[in-house]
Amino acid sequence: MKRRVTTFLIFTLSLLLLASCDSNGNKEHGTARGADKPAYGDTLVEGTIGEPSNLIPILATDSASFDVAGFIYNGLVKYDKNLNLTGDLAESWDVSADGLSITFHLRRGVKWHDGAEFTSRDVLYTYRVTIDPKTPTAYAESFKQVKKVEAPDAYTFRATYDKPFAPALESWGSAVLPAHLLEGKDITKSPLSRKPVGTGPYRFGQWVAGQKVVLESNHDYFEGRPYIERYVYRIIPDTSTMYMELKSGGLDLMPLTPVQFARQTDSAKFTARFRKYRYPSSTYVYLGYNLRHPLFKDRRVRQALTAAINKEEIIQGVLLGMGQIAHGPYKPGTWAYKPQVKDFAYDPSRARQLLAEAGWKKRNSTGTLVKDGRPFQFTILTNQGNAERLKAAQIIQQRLRDVGIEVKIRVVEWASFLSQFIDTGNFEAVILGWTITPDPDLFDVWHSSKTGPRELNFVGFRNAEVDTLIEQGRTTFDRNRRQQCYYRIQDILAWEQPYTFLYVPDALPVVSARFHGIEPAPAGISYNFIHWYVPKAEQVYKETAKP
Amino acid sequence: MIAYLTKRILMLIPLLFGITLITFAVIHLAPGEPVDMQTAMNPKVSAEARQKMREFYGLDKPLHVQYVTWLGRMARLDFGRSFAPDNRPVTDKIVERIPITLSLNVIALILEFGLAIPIGILAAVRRETLLDKGITVFVFLGFAMPTFWLALLLMYLFGVKLGWLPISGLHSLGSDQLGPIAWFWDLAKHLVLPVGIATFGSLAGLSRYMRSTMLEVIRQDYITTARAKGLSERVVIYKHALRNALLPVITLLGFSLPGLIGGSVIFETIFAIPGMGQLFYQGVMMRDYPLVMGILVIGAFLTLIGNLLADICYSMADPRIRHGRA
Repeated sequence: MKRRVTTFLIFTLSLLLLASCDSNGNKEHGTARGADKPAYGDTLVEGTIGEPSNLIPILATDSASFDVAGFIYNGLVKYDKNLNLTGDLAESWDVSADGLSITFHLRRGVKWHDGAEFTSRDVLYTYRVTIDPKTPTAYAESFKQVKKVEAPDAYTFRATYDKPFAPALESWGSAVLPAHLLEGKDITKSPLSRKPVGTGPYRFGQWVAGQKVVLESNHDYFEGRPYIERYVYRIIPDTSTMYMELKSGGLDLMPLTPVQFARQTDSAKFTARFRKYRYPSSTYVYLGYNLRHPLFKDRRVRQALTAAINKEEIIQGVLLGMGQIAHGPYKPGTWAYKPQVKDFAYDPSRARQLLAEAGWKKRNSTGTLVKDGRPFQFTILTNQGNAERLKAAQIIQQRLRDVGIEVKIRVVEWASFLSQFIDTGNFEAVILGWTITPDPDLFDVWHSSKTGPRELNFVGFRNAEVDTLIEQGRTTFDRNRRQQCYYRIQDILAWEQPYTFLYVPDALPVVSARFHGIEPAPAGISYNFIHWYVPKAEQVYKETAKP
Repeated sequence: MIAYLTKRILMLIPLLFGITLITFAVIHLAPGEPVDMQTAMNPKVSAEARQKMREFYGLDKPLHVQYVTWLGRMARLDFGRSFAPDNRPVTDKIVERIPITLSLNVIALILEFGLAIPIGILAAVRRETLLDKGITVFVFLGFAMPTFWLALLLMYLFGVKLGWLPISGLHSLGSDQLGPIAWFWDLAKHLVLPVGIATFGSLAGLSRYMRSTMLEVIRQDYITTARAKGLSERVVIYKHALRNALLPVITLLGFSLPGLIGGSVIFETIFAIPGMGQLFYQGVMMRDYPLVMGILVIGAFLTLIGNLLADICYSMADPRIRHGRA
C-alpha cells in the first residue's frame, strides 16, 4: 500500500499494458459478485514485515513508516496515476518565468484531524523544522537549495531558489506537519511520532507495538470520504507466515514473491478469493564495476562483460520472468526512459572479440583468460539477506566462465559491506539495486562530484559530458529539454557500461477479491485507495464502532 | 550468613561494571553505526545530514566519553533514548515487551516441567521397555526437529487446511471488543501453537535429566528398604524416590530464571509475537546501542541475581558453603 507522495521511494511510470493485461486484472467486471455498488465500511488488513519507527515522516528512514504516514499526511503536491505531479494540499502552483520561484496556492477549508485549519503557516513550519540544524532529519538537502520562503497570506506560499532547480517541485510533496501542535516544541520528543495528526484520508487510530497500526477513515477528507472505513497495517516479520495468514483470511493485501505469483497462487480456490496484480516496480538491479580498479578501467572489458551476460536468462532464473531487462537507470515506459538504447545484447562471441581487443587473448590451463601473466578473475560482492541478488551472481558467474573469466561470489553483512568494501573502495564488482524516483535527476549517483568517500557514485564514474547534461537537466522545468538530456545520458551509459544494468523486477501485490475499484496504472494500484470499496453484501468486518 | 551475603552482594558491583564495559566495547567494535544503518545508500541524505545525526546521538564524541555518559545515566537507572528513528526511551520499549515474553516463557516453563518430569519418571520406572524407547524417540524428535519448520507445517495444517487455530500474532482483529472470557479464549487459541512447539522442543533435555536422576535414586539402598517393608510401588516411587530425585531438577529451575526475559528471535519472527527476542535482534541489526546495552544489562543483572539465589539456596542446604569451608 504505497501511497508514497513523500520525498522518497516513489513509484515511477510503467507499462500500462503489462499492468492491465494480467490474467486477473479484468475479471472483476465479468463475475457476478452481488450488487457491485460502492458502499462505506469494512476493513483492509495489509501485511508488512517491518514495523514503522516514527510517524513524523521527516524523522523516519524506513519504508514502513512512509507507508503508514502516506495515509495520514499530505504534501503540497503528489504524483497522480500517470506519475505526473498534481496538486494535493496546493490547488495549483506557478513557476516564475525565470524558473527561480514557485508559488503554491493552497486549498482552503482543509482541516487537520484535530479540527484546526490548515494554512501556509504549517508549510512554513515544515520547511523551517526540516532545515533546522537541531532536527535530526535525513531529508534537509533539497530544502537547503531554497534561498527564501514567504507566505504572503494564509493560502499562498512561495519558495525562491538561487538557480532553477527542477527536482524542487517533487520535494514539496513531502508531508506537511501541523504547526499548531509542534511549533516551539522539541520535535524529537513529540507525542505525534506515535500518535500523528495529519490532513490525509485516514486518521490515526491505534498502535499496538510490534503487532499493528490501525487507521480510521477521515470522513471530512477534502477529496471525499474513503469507502474503506478502517485500514490495519499488520506486522508479520516472516514472509511464509504472512502468506499463510493471507490464505487463511487474516490478511487482505501483501506483496507476493515471484515463486508464489507463478506457482502457488493459480488454483481455482485462490483466484476466486484474490486478485493478483503485476506491474514494474521502481527499482533496478545492477552489476557495478569499480572503475578505479585496473581490470575495469578499459571500456572494452566492461562492454565485453555485458555482452557475455544473458540478462533474459537472469530474469527467467531469478524472477521466473517477472521483470524486464534494464538498459539504464530508468523504468521502461517513463518519460525519461529512452526506448531504443544501443545496449550490448547477449553475444558471447562479441564478448570474446572485445576481450581480445583489450589484450585478453591467451588462456591458462584452466581455460581462464590471461594477460601479462595474470588471470582474469574478480569477486562479485553482494549483501546478505537478498537471495535474488545471490542467484543473479551465480548465473553471471556461469556465463562469464564461458568466455574465460573466473568469478568468485562473496556475500557480506550489510554493515561490513558498507564500511569495509564500499566506503574504502576496496571492491571489484558489486550487485546492488537502486530505487528509481519519478523525478529523473541523476546527480547523486552519476555526477563526478559525488565520487568522494561515502558518496553514492562509489564506482567512480566520471564523464564530463554526463556532468553537463545532469546539470542542464536539473536546472530547467521544460520536460522536452530534460528528456533530451536524459536520452543522451542513457546512450553514454550504454556505451561506457559503468554498470551492467540487469533488470527491473515487477511488483506483485495480491488483494482480496472483495475489494473493488482497483485500477492498475503506471503508479501502481494504491494511488486511488480512497475509491476502493467492498459492496455491502461482501463486507467482512461489520463492526465499525469507534474506539 | 549475613557477612557471606554482604560479601556476595558487594561482589556484584564490580562484576556488573566489568560486564557493561566489555559489552559496550564489543558492540562498538561491530562494523557500522546507527546512522549508517538508517541512511546509507539513500540519495536524499547528504554527508552533512549524516554528520548532524551523529552529533544528535552523541556518536561524534570519543568512545570513552560515550561510555562515561552512558554509565552516568545508568547510575540514575536511566537507560537513555533509543537510537532508532523513534528516539523513544529504551525503558518504554523494553517495558511494553517484557510482559509478553515473560508470560509466554512462564507458561512454556510450567508446561515443560509439568510434562518433562512425569515423562522422565515414566521412562525411568519402565526403563528399557518399549514405552521408554518410544518416549526417547519422541523427545529427541522434538529436540532435533527445526522448530521453524515444524511451526510452518503445523500452521499450514491447523491454520490454513483445518482452520482450527489462528496462524500468528496474539489477538484477532476486533478482539478488544470481546468480553473478557471470549478475549481470553481468543488469546489462548493464539498461544497453542507457539507454546506447544516451544515446549515440544525443550522436553528432551529435562526429561532425560529427570530419567537419569530417577534411575540413580531407584538404585539406592533406601528404596530397596522401602520396597522390603512392603510399601506399594506407587508410594515408593512418588514419595520416596521422587522427592530425592527432584532436588537437582529444582536447581535447574533456578538457573532458568534469567532466561525468562529472553525471547527466541526465530520463534517470535515466525509467529509474529512482539517479544524481547525480536526487539533485541532489531536493536543489534540497527546498531541501536542504548537499547542493546539496556537489554544486556538487565539480562546480566538477572543472571547474577539468579546465581546469587542459587548460591544462597545451596548454602542453606549445605553448611560447608555457609561457613566458607567448602
